[in-house]
Amino acid sequence: MLKIDNLHVKLEEEDKQILKGLSLEVPAGQVHAIMGPNGSGKSTLSYVLSGRDGYVVTEGTATLDGDSLLDMEPEERAAAGLFLAFQYPVEIPGVGNMTFLRTALNAQRKARGQDELSSGDFLKLVRAKAADLQISPDMLKRPVNVGFSGGEKKRNEILQMAMLEPRMCIMDETDSGLDVDAMRLVSDGVNALRSPDRSFLVITHYQRLLNHIQPDVVHIMADGRIVTSGGPELALQVEQEGYGDLLAEAR
Amino acid sequence: MADTAIRTKDQTPTIEGMAEGMAKPAGALDARLAALNLPQQGGFSARARQDALGRLRAMGLPGPRDEYWRYTDPRGFNAPVPQALPIPHADETPLFDGLDKLTLVFVDGAFDEAASDDLALDGVEIATLAQADTVGSWAADLYGVLESAGQTPVKRPFAALNTAAARDGVLIRVTRTPSRPIHVVHRRGATDADAMWHHVIRVEQGAELTLLETGMSGARSNGVIEVDVARGGKFHHVASKRAVDPKVGISHVFARIASQAQFKSFTLSVNGTVMRNEAVIDIAGDDAVAHIAAAVLGDGEQAPFHHDDTVFITHGAERCESRQVFKKVLKNGATGVFQGKILVKPGAQKTDGYQISQALLLDERSQFLAKPELEIYADDVKCSHGSTTGAIDDEALFYLRSRGVPRERAIVFLVLSFLADALAEVEDEGLRDRIYERLDVWLTLNAVH
Ligand SMILES: Nc1ncnc2c1ncn2[C@@H]1O[C@H](COP(=O)(O)OP(=O)(O)OP(=O)(O)O)[C@@H](O)[C@H]1O
Ligand SMILES: [Mg+2]
Repeated sequence: MLKIDNLHVKLEEEDKQILKGLSLEVPAGQVHAIMGPNGSGKSTLSYVLSGRDGYVVTEGTATLDGDSLLDMEPEERAAAGLFLAFQYPVEIPGVGNMTFLRTALNAQRKARGQDELSSGDFLKLVRAKAADLQISPDMLKRPVNVGFSGGEKKRNEILQMAMLEPRMCIMDETDSGLDVDAMRLVSDGVNALRSPDRSFLVITHYQRLLNHIQPDVVHIMADGRIVTSGGPELALQVEQEGYGDLLAEAR
Repeated sequence: MADTAIRTKDQTPTIEGMAEGMAKPAGALDARLAALNLPQQGGFSARARQDALGRLRAMGLPGPRDEYWRYTDPRGFNAPVPQALPIPHADETPLFDGLDKLTLVFVDGAFDEAASDDLALDGVEIATLAQADTVGSWAADLYGVLESAGQTPVKRPFAALNTAAARDGVLIRVTRTPSRPIHVVHRRGATDADAMWHHVIRVEQGAELTLLETGMSGARSNGVIEVDVARGGKFHHVASKRAVDPKVGISHVFARIASQAQFKSFTLSVNGTVMRNEAVIDIAGDDAVAHIAAAVLGDGEQAPFHHDDTVFITHGAERCESRQVFKKVLKNGATGVFQGKILVKPGAQKTDGYQISQALLLDERSQFLAKPELEIYADDVKCSHGSTTGAIDDEALFYLRSRGVPRERAIVFLVLSFLADALAEVEDEGLRDRIYERLDVWLTLNAVH
């Protein structure tokens, strides 16, 4: 599904290399987790994959089912099935959550040559999915993320993911800021989406999320690359021992 | 918090400065007046017209060195006649079509009886200025009176010119809240028309009126509205001005607001060449509210775009609230201007004055010139003003695109987001939705790349 090979990325504005030869492959139907110290480049990776400005790819490739992601506009990547749940979801005053979501969904459908969803069908769908995530009708009407609590913003990200039904879901610290119950809601939402033709790349600092969303592979990222990969036990090891030994071993 | 006596005197246009700037050869004004064909005799307005002419002669026309015209070139307004412009054909359904309302049509500022509804509305007296001027009117107490009062401390020669020369307009007196709004529609008639109109509105005690205004008239236009809102009355004004041609226009609103009364005005302006909207609001009674807002879209691609909002709000009573919200979206070398002043007179305690002017520049060639001013002579007041100039927020743009919203559509969203605070000033949700829909269409048509 997602294949990243020897990816080198620097900042556009300054001569700072952030990703330094990162390689990673997430096969269809699998859940991979990325853990790693602050500043190791996890969010940068998620931004580069989804097409944010400000980065320059100096070497390497990233493909989604064989198509190069790096040549596409962000909206084309979305239509191709890529989704990023942001570490810090953006507030957009004056744009209603529903209007935004409906526009996004229909734009993607259009780009894929599908019919647009009628407003009735859309409403039914969004209400049902919002209810699953305990997102109130009032929150749906409010401007995108404006005045949402940290946890509400994260749940709103998962609602978007559930509505857009991407093939490749990247989640950047979606668990940060969630209370115990919200964590369960979000995990249930994600697990409900798991399917043989959908993959997940879950960036997290905490093993706890991975109790709910069982990963197939855990990658440890440091200083712009994957330094080691393993099974779910790797996350437990990080939780207990920190990164010290793991990183030392990798060197 | 009491922001006491904040004065930005250095920026305040002084009478001396005006006088100096106005020192023009009398010839320019004579030529301007000669081209007008002033009404020779009038009915109730005759006296006011004479007085206005006297004021105008004393002031003269503004010059380029005039402080109050520093950001906007007055030449288009000073010229004896406008440049002729072809009449564009209507390219869309009018904004307020289908609403239950009383419609009055003015072609180049002259009332078009055949195209208008009957002037009958329960609780409201409606007459046209041209008709009433032969028989007399309650408006005699107001015509030119609020305009004249609004000439201090800043001179507004084109408003005086209007009082002297306008032949038509509508006189509306509301004694009981009518069941539907009144809609003034402006249309273009002749290619070289120098359109002028003068409306007088009085909302009597406790009554309420919504006045809708759409369309454009003349190759050049000069409109004045005098609004007197009596105790506890409410006046809502929602105007949409979309020029599809490079026209020149100036408008003035003079409002006087009595105690517990409300004045709320929102204007949507799109394109045009040189547009200047002045508002002079006198909050004269305690516990009154005055809000004025505008959303402006300016594109300099077809013709140079220059849009000036100039506002002067005087707080002369206690516990009053004023709000100015001005938002301009500018591209292709467009220029936006905002001059906004809050004057709090001695004794106007517990004043709550707020002013924000913001520009969203869609390219580096466009510019926004803002001159916010506070002048406060009372010690227990809350006044704030702010002005910002910014570009599209990359962070938000990326967020929208990452969800599959195409770039152009995402920019439309962000422009609407930028305008939201100004649109929120339209109290009626139905009207606000219509304006949103229309803006969406215009922005999409006019897609920003
Ligand atoms: N636009 C930028 N300007 C300057 N430095 C940047 C920029 N973007 C990223 N960096 C730097 O790149 C490094 C990687 O940042 P990134 O946000 O990808 O880390 P992260 O692994 O997601 O960290 P965290 O776990 O704290 O979220 C950091 O040192 C960060 O300061
Ligand atoms: Mg991060």
